[in-house]
Amino acid sequence: MFIFLYEPISSLSHAGNVVEMAIPLMFAGVSLALLFKMNMFNLGAEGIFYFSGLVAASIAIRSGLGFLHPAVAIIAGGLVGALIMAIPGILKAKWNANELVTSLMFNSILLGVGLYLLNYKLRDAAAFQTASFKFNPDAVLSRIIPGTRIHSGLIIVLLCIVGAHLFMYKTKWGYELRMTGSNREFAEYSGIKTGRVIVYVHLLAGFIAGVGGSVEVLGMHTRFDWTSLPGYGMDGALVAMLAKNNPLAVIGSALFLAYIRVGADMMSRLSDVPAEMISIIQGVILLLVSAEQFLKFWKNRMLLKEAQKNG
Amino acid sequence: MGNFFAAIFTTEFAFSILRVTTPILFAALGALISNRAGIVNIGLEGIMLTSALMGVLFSAYTGSAWLGLLGAAAGGVLIAGLLAFFTLKFKTHIILGGIAINAFASGGTIFVLYLLTGDKGTSSSVASKVLPNIDIPLIKDIPVIGPILSGHHVLTYLSLIAVAAVYYLLKRTPLGLQIRAVGENPQAAQSVGVKVVRTQYIALLLSGLFASLGGAYMSMGYLSLFTRDMTAGRGWIALAAESMGRSTTIGTALTSFLFGFAEAMSNVLQLFKIPAELVSTVPYVVTVIGLMIYSINESRKKGK
Repeated sequence: MFIFLYEPISSLSHAGNVVEMAIPLMFAGVSLALLFKMNMFNLGAEGIFYFSGLVAASIAIRSGLGFLHPAVAIIAGGLVGALIMAIPGILKAKWNANELVTSLMFNSILLGVGLYLLNYKLRDAAAFQTASFKFNPDAVLSRIIPGTRIHSGLIIVLLCIVGAHLFMYKTKWGYELRMTGSNREFAEYSGIKTGRVIVYVHLLAGFIAGVGGSVEVLGMHTRFDWTSLPGYGMDGALVAMLAKNNPLAVIGSALFLAYIRVGADMMSRLSDVPAEMISIIQGVILLLVSAEQFLKFWKNRMLLKEAQKNG
Repeated sequence: MGNFFAAIFTTEFAFSILRVTTPILFAALGALISNRAGIVNIGLEGIMLTSALMGVLFSAYTGSAWLGLLGAAAGGVLIAGLLAFFTLKFKTHIILGGIAINAFASGGTIFVLYLLTGDKGTSSSVASKVLPNIDIPLIKDIPVIGPILSGHHVLTYLSLIAVAAVYYLLKRTPLGLQIRAVGENPQAAQSVGVKVVRTQYIALLLSGLFASLGGAYMSMGYLSLFTRDMTAGRGWIALAAESMGRSTTIGTALTSFLFGFAEAMSNVLQLFKIPAELVSTVPYVVTVIGLMIYSINESRKKGK
């Protein structure tokens, strides 16, 4: 337990591990917070992370783009993500197709297609595992804090978070988003074209998830070597929930999740507790956090105590 | 292409459809019961996974496949009970509760497997038992139909019986009526004296029971051991099957068979030099297209 709590902050490089692990979690968290706020339980970020990462990787392998290289790769990943995410969005907006089921099916489809492209088009036969050719050094994101592996993706994700916050709370579109989320029929009645809102929020969320996948691949890897879904979409759901769908709070909840992740990782390395323990802990946290009554129960009890003390 | 049709129009292929449909059908029936009570049970995947492991462990430690099945059912119902407790008592959002259950089960099963066997991948070191296959007398000897219908796993037959049982339950019993009433309008049900929360508890537990039979089939019939994340999205496909089957028993059963057909076909296609990665997406593509057609139809109907 001591290892679990202390080890992640014991040195600069371990603290760096926490931050670098939090970067993709923030991307996924913001993307899902936008969708959840609209009451859309779309978990497609999972597949988009994978596929956009692959798209970015395929661009990163090529050469001759100079200093624009990472930008081109990341934007391409983002655009692909937006296009993919738009499909369940359009199906939902036009025909009310269950976005949860379609987005989950898309995750599996994207994994299949992505593995095919990786194995048949991008695979480096000289590598010892299933992996793409090495990225062109131009395309790799630079490290911004010496002694850690924290890369410039951190800046991008913070920009995304601030952007999403401004979008959600300071613009007309954000207002429409929140209205659609709280009551779609009422929003429709008051003149908001909810179908259009659903589509553009999906586009935006897909773009952020796509950028997230691209940044993660270019920032942390030298080749593309994901052979299964990276799991960030599901973790993103947890991050968004912990943050109560507030973009700015995503920073804190992503850091918290990364912290217990790194702690669990250290714990399994330095003692004989297996790392799977962490998904049990996560499941429990998710249940407790989302259990509104549970928290209310404690709150009420505390209020009661307070009242008794004062009375 | 000729080869392809030659491979499809065989008794073995028809047999394999029944074989691969079984877990989807069980889970879809589970989805149906809870949906009818107004609860979307996203935790099916986790319930199946838990019961698949429980089946293996119980059968290995008791030495009896049937006790293993009992253990699997108990494990599945327990997890469903946990989900019910959180969503109905603590008002956890049902979708997030389900996701939590799935995360919990996918890590928890491997954790338990590792503690007991020291292996994180499969339970191959555990001497688990498998439930038997059954030859049906008389039908077995009929040409064409015999090889398709006879010799299946006992749970495959049980899944077909379960379709009839669920149909009867929902249409003919007081409990079924209560479940449907609660699903359609909880306030109205409440006002005529139906205990809404209790009915939802029962529906979720039943849903867990059916899903756990599907899970038990995975590790004690389809394969003879537990492997990491072995349900491979069948819980989600079951949800889609239920949704496409318009929440009716017959419709759900038919769409389950459609997905079974797609999966059996993807197994056959792998023999024809089509990349396995692409073939593995076939059931999911079918799901999306199916859901799309269903939704377009539904919204047209509403428009009229």
